[in-house]
Amino acid sequence: MTEVAQISISTRGLNLWYGDFQALKDVSVNIPRGKITSLIGPSGCGKTTLLRCFNRINERYGNVTTTGEITILGKNIYDEDVSLAELRKTVGMVFQRPNPLPISIYENIVFGQRVHSRRGTITRAAADAMVQSALEEVQLWKDVKDRLKKKATFLTLEQQQKLCIARLLPLKPRVILMDEPCSALDAEGTEAIETLIEGLREKYTILIVTHNMAQARRASEECIYMLLGEIIEHGPTTEIFLSPKNKQTEMYIEGRYG
Amino acid sequence: MATAEVVETGVTVERDTGSFRLGEWLIVALIHVCGISAILFVLAIFAFVFGEAAPLFWGDYGFSFAEFATSTHWSPAHPTSPHYGIVALFVGTLAVSVLSMALAVPLGLGAAVYVSEFCEGKRKETLKIVIELLAAIPSVVWGFIGVMVMSPIIIHGLGASIGTNILNGGVILALMSVPVIVSVGEDALKAVPDSFREAGLALGASRWEIVYRVLFPAAKNGLLAAVLLGVGRAIGETMAVLMATGHAVQIPTSVLDPVQTLTATIAAEMGEAEQHGTQFRVLFLIGVVLFAVAFVVNLTADIIVKGIRGKQND
Repeated sequence: MTEVAQISISTRGLNLWYGDFQALKDVSVNIPRGKITSLIGPSGCGKTTLLRCFNRINERYGNVTTTGEITILGKNIYDEDVSLAELRKTVGMVFQRPNPLPISIYENIVFGQRVHSRRGTITRAAADAMVQSALEEVQLWKDVKDRLKKKATFLTLEQQQKLCIARLLPLKPRVILMDEPCSALDAEGTEAIETLIEGLREKYTILIVTHNMAQARRASEECIYMLLGEIIEHGPTTEIFLSPKNKQTEMYIEGRYG
Repeated sequence: MATAEVVETGVTVERDTGSFRLGEWLIVALIHVCGISAILFVLAIFAFVFGEAAPLFWGDYGFSFAEFATSTHWSPAHPTSPHYGIVALFVGTLAVSVLSMALAVPLGLGAAVYVSEFCEGKRKETLKIVIELLAAIPSVVWGFIGVMVMSPIIIHGLGASIGTNILNGGVILALMSVPVIVSVGEDALKAVPDSFREAGLALGASRWEIVYRVLFPAAKNGLLAAVLLGVGRAIGETMAVLMATGHAVQIPTSVLDPVQTLTATIAAEMGEAEQHGTQFRVLFLIGVVLFAVAFVVNLTADIIVKGIRGKQND
């Protein structure tokens, strides 16, 4: 495989401002395909902002200015001919607080497909199969198969977060962005989600923002350390944690600040 | 005074708690009275309205409830054989209310969605202020607009012989209900957590898809409340419909027919009715009917909302 084929997301000279405040400064990074990459750094360092650039969901706020280039799977996502709907189909997102839609479990899973297909083109059988396979992939099928018509917001937080991952799968995403996916969960829930993420690697490129140093160490293969909108260090997780090249990274990892 | 002497003995603390408890008790009692007063007022009003109407059923008024409930003949001022049939008036209210809701609900909900989801900053603030201003226009002014503006338009534009009719009253009532629907509807949409919108966006939904696939299901209780408040306004409104609907007791066959509504009948005839006479009491009975309609509308709303909640809780 060539170098390019192994890169999933690549940014060149990416700058981002919220009004006058510059949240990302000249970010150039290559994120490998089919691996789990964690984004770490103290609060306000821009890691969530960077994550939210990759599906362009940052743009819903009016005062955001972006310069530079983001290429995902070989395509510049700021090109004129890029459709946001298609981009977000390819690049799924899991949020900090589980946010299943206030509709049934079943409809949560089918939601993505309904949005992306013409009305009435999804057969009942196809939808049923889609729901079962997505829920099986996140190990939720057994728990909820008898109450698929119930509202998703009544599930436990752990189940909700699994559902939020499951609803991405029918869209066959290539990249999954996760913004502190375990921060609302207890230890048990965190473990379950981490196991799930581990099971999804290789099939998807996973980028995970986390505040939890131990989680980054456990769950990711590559690690990016950010500070004040800049990327300070990027490398294999073991190297970053065992022998950080940068003094600031070392201090952060040792828990001296952040 | 005494407290100063017994500082740090614990007695002060006790005294303080005592006066604090009394104050607390007073406030709690006051709040209870406020809460209960709402029920008391409703009961008192109902007792008063029903009390004025009730003698019809046992007094010697020559009143037949069967005629009242089934006849379309309303001629209370007839010197020898007055008739008190409510059907035409009821149909008049129904026709004007249904037409006004058919216009106001789509317009009001559309405006609520626009204000809440599709505009920001100055434009949003301006729109909200203008909509609130619209709600502040007195109903008699709406009546003027019906008579002076709508009526000529209907006569010249649609070739109707009379400009004050169901269409006129319906449009005026719709314009009066829209601000209520918009502001309550907008509140309902605003209350939907932003995380739902982000979830929809991140799955590739457009803003419009988010509105009808995410926000409508999430806010349906609030939106229903908005619509029902509009319905309540339409049924209860008096002055504007009195002026705009033409005041003719009849079963309408088209929207260009003038009608007379329940509320307008009470307002127009109460002044001329002999105190405690038959007509006077029948007008109060119409009041009871309006009460009952409002009650049914509210109860229906409650049942629908509870029904929705029940399903969610399953």
